[in-house]
Amino acid sequence: MNVIIIGNGIAGTTAARFIRKQSDAKITMISGESTYPFSRTALMYIYMGHMKYDHTKLYEDGFWAKNNIDLIEKWVDHIDFDKKEVLLSGGSSVSYDKLIIATGSKPNKFGWPGENLNGVQGLYHLQDLEKMEAASAKGIKRAVIVGGGLIGVEMAEMFHSRHIPVTFLVREESFWNPVLPEGESLMVGKHIVDHGIDLRLGEELSEIVDDGDGNVKSIKTKNGEEIECNFVGLTVGVSPNVAFLKSTNLNINRGIQVNEYLETNQTDVFAIGDCAELSKPSPGRRPIEAVWYAGRMMAQVAAANVTGKKLAYDPGTWFNSAKFFDIEYQVYGDISPKETDGVSQFYWEHPELPKSVRIAFDTQTLAVRGFNLMGIRYRQEVCTSWIENKVNIDEVMTNLKAANFDPEFFKMYEEDMIKAFNKQYSKTISSQGKRKLSFIRKLMQTNG
Amino acid sequence: MANYKSMSVAAHHLSAKMSILYKASMALALVGVFVLFSAWFSNMAYDSVPLLTFSLLSMALGILGITYSLYADRHAGIKNNGVWHDNLTSRGTIAWASGIILTAFYVILYWYPQVLGLGADGSANTGLIRLFDPLSKALNGKQASQWFVYGALYTFVILFLGIKFIVKYRHNKYQIYRTISIIFFQTFIAFLLPEVLQSLNLPYNDFKNIWPLNYYFFFDWHLDELQANGTFGIFILVWGILSFLVFTPILTYFFGKRWYCSWVCGCGGLAETAGDPFRHLSDKSVKSWKIERYLIYSVLVFAVVMTVGVLYTRFTGNEKFLFVGSDALSSWYGFYIGAIFSGIVGVGFYPLMGSRVWCRFGCPMAAYLGIFQRKASKFRITTNGGQCISCGNCSTYCEMGIDVKSYAQQGQDIVRASCVGCGICSAVCPRGVLRLEDGSGDIGSRAQEKRNVLFDELLNQ
Repeated sequence: MNVIIIGNGIAGTTAARFIRKQSDAKITMISGESTYPFSRTALMYIYMGHMKYDHTKLYEDGFWAKNNIDLIEKWVDHIDFDKKEVLLSGGSSVSYDKLIIATGSKPNKFGWPGENLNGVQGLYHLQDLEKMEAASAKGIKRAVIVGGGLIGVEMAEMFHSRHIPVTFLVREESFWNPVLPEGESLMVGKHIVDHGIDLRLGEELSEIVDDGDGNVKSIKTKNGEEIECNFVGLTVGVSPNVAFLKSTNLNINRGIQVNEYLETNQTDVFAIGDCAELSKPSPGRRPIEAVWYAGRMMAQVAAANVTGKKLAYDPGTWFNSAKFFDIEYQVYGDISPKETDGVSQFYWEHPELPKSVRIAFDTQTLAVRGFNLMGIRYRQEVCTSWIENKVNIDEVMTNLKAANFDPEFFKMYEEDMIKAFNKQYSKTISSQGKRKLSFIRKLMQTNG
Repeated sequence: MANYKSMSVAAHHLSAKMSILYKASMALALVGVFVLFSAWFSNMAYDSVPLLTFSLLSMALGILGITYSLYADRHAGIKNNGVWHDNLTSRGTIAWASGIILTAFYVILYWYPQVLGLGADGSANTGLIRLFDPLSKALNGKQASQWFVYGALYTFVILFLGIKFIVKYRHNKYQIYRTISIIFFQTFIAFLLPEVLQSLNLPYNDFKNIWPLNYYFFFDWHLDELQANGTFGIFILVWGILSFLVFTPILTYFFGKRWYCSWVCGCGGLAETAGDPFRHLSDKSVKSWKIERYLIYSVLVFAVVMTVGVLYTRFTGNEKFLFVGSDALSSWYGFYIGAIFSGIVGVGFYPLMGSRVWCRFGCPMAAYLGIFQRKASKFRITTNGGQCISCGNCSTYCEMGIDVKSYAQQGQDIVRASCVGCGICSAVCPRGVLRLEDGSGDIGSRAQEKRNVLFDELLNQ
């Protein structure tokens, strides 16, 4: 069997590895972006000088030859699904028995005047980082970042690390509030401002002004303000990177349409990761989840299907993580940014430090539904097991310490949380949890 | 709308002000170093007390000023901005120059102490060593030796760069506590206590320097010295034997080798403080891991064979041991391992190969501890489910050259003989994936089994 994988991001790479685990098929991974797979999420750390590009490679260079996975460093121009052929830049082509498309995303642009000027860009590909470095070498007096999502805050941190002033335009009235509940959103906003970022909430881009030579001179906001800058970061989300396939018979909506087996409408063709759009996503989940972890999980399922085991994609309990400057963020399960009927949310926040824990539970059944953590690390296995087994919130609070994953000697706040919980819900829970591995294992056996 | 008081302009002005303080502090510290050099090279009839005080004070204030300017106006958090852009920390010319100067210093220290001003056969010291005479006399009643100078500077560096490290990681209690521990053991157990013992006419002894790191423990002259000191000598002997035979296995079983390597040991202490800016320079390749295993266990075997030889000769009176004399064995060990490996390569190469070259490739104690850690210890680094984003910060900042990411991205726990448990991988992880733990049971299965999140479970259904 001859398997071609287009894209060497986390989805493509994981697919290649897991197919190799299951079979001795010929595997070829194609990417024009980089010779070897690297961690996209680490791009910011290269700019900040924490790491060099080589450190972000997923495996040592010899890994691919050792595992008999061929790498082709070329862009793909076109796919002929009838002939089962992938056409590469430069005119050559490769044929496949099974094809996995994992081409990821591209940064959004919404047709703003000036959005194609020099000095305007997103941050997704390695080439975007190279462009940022080139712009920085010329000197950035002020950078304006448009869009208050995860990439936006990463870009702000990148410039901040090099003492480049940043104005951060965020459409929402409070930072990332489509995802973060009010307490966490306010905390992160304050943290960003405390780092000296000029955060403009409730502000949108109206146009980017040309200096006459095709470079950015300034931007204008919808409120009519003009801000001088020579770099504009567009971080208003991403869309599936599928434009090169639009003229084919591949069924594309926003992303490449796939069924629960991650199969497209073309025989022996799969799509995974950011570029895939599930025609029937699991309840409560979006059809496109442009998230590192989702890409990795889809890849494992696609690998099973490619090697002949019929396996449906089930992303399991939602989880994600990020870091806002110095605040680590983890989420497990279902946390709504707004109060919803039938769901109660318990929220504890440290009186001074940027640390908080939010736990959602069913108001009627008291089954725990989700955890939102800022500045405190919780154990995924424990939280997920509580959520999946619909464990009662009282029991969760009783054993809450078992979820704590902060390093040794860190102050644990679970007793404070339990006290606050008791007060708020008139309960008399006392802390019984320990974070010793033996306790956790026992706890999870009882849950399971 | 959320309303924040904007400090947007302030932060950038602050950093400019801080950079002035940084430069001034750096200059002050260099003045202190310059005074050391001028005492060394000039024939001035200087007065030791004020000159040494001035030198140490300006170096101390310089380091504190640097610490303040680097970390004070910043939020507590990971401070690795620009590490790979800075000449000194990315093997630039300044790094090479520092490496050469450090190496030269060690060569002189080990083999040409008279160059530092050591008085021949008990005659008065000159140069750099004379500068430390008053301090030495105050502590042990004798004039300074090159080892006293080295010990004093070593302790000074661990103390003040230890403070810098604590401020850098002030959000992380694990780092704070273990650095306080390192400073304590270096200052009181390794430096002051042996000096006090000498002033009481008792044998010099560093109670935390355990055989086989302390390779001369069973040497003839050392055993003679202990024998000549009655009960106290026997106490040191018993303490030393218990340390490697009983304390080490027990403590390593419960806590991993970190109890020694990053909480107690002086070599580790210097690596964690003075060496911290260079921790990312260690080689992470599988090849270097292979070299590491060959080298470190060879040194351990060498140390054991050499010690057995020395004891054999002592008890049988037979000098010949395994084709060569035990004298030859022990002097080779002292030269190649004691001096060249642990000193010159171990510290001199900090700015080029990272801070733990000796601990990783050479230390027989680390090898001994590592065997327990790998085979019989509760210690491991656990991975938080499937949260790893393969960014590589953990591997990059592992001073022991462990490719932590290669485990974390597969959801595997990490149990490696070489891990000194410094906890930096867990600190620099931007997703909170790693945690150092002393867990019970199933250490092997948790570490070896590739717990690929989701996949294995699905296939097993």
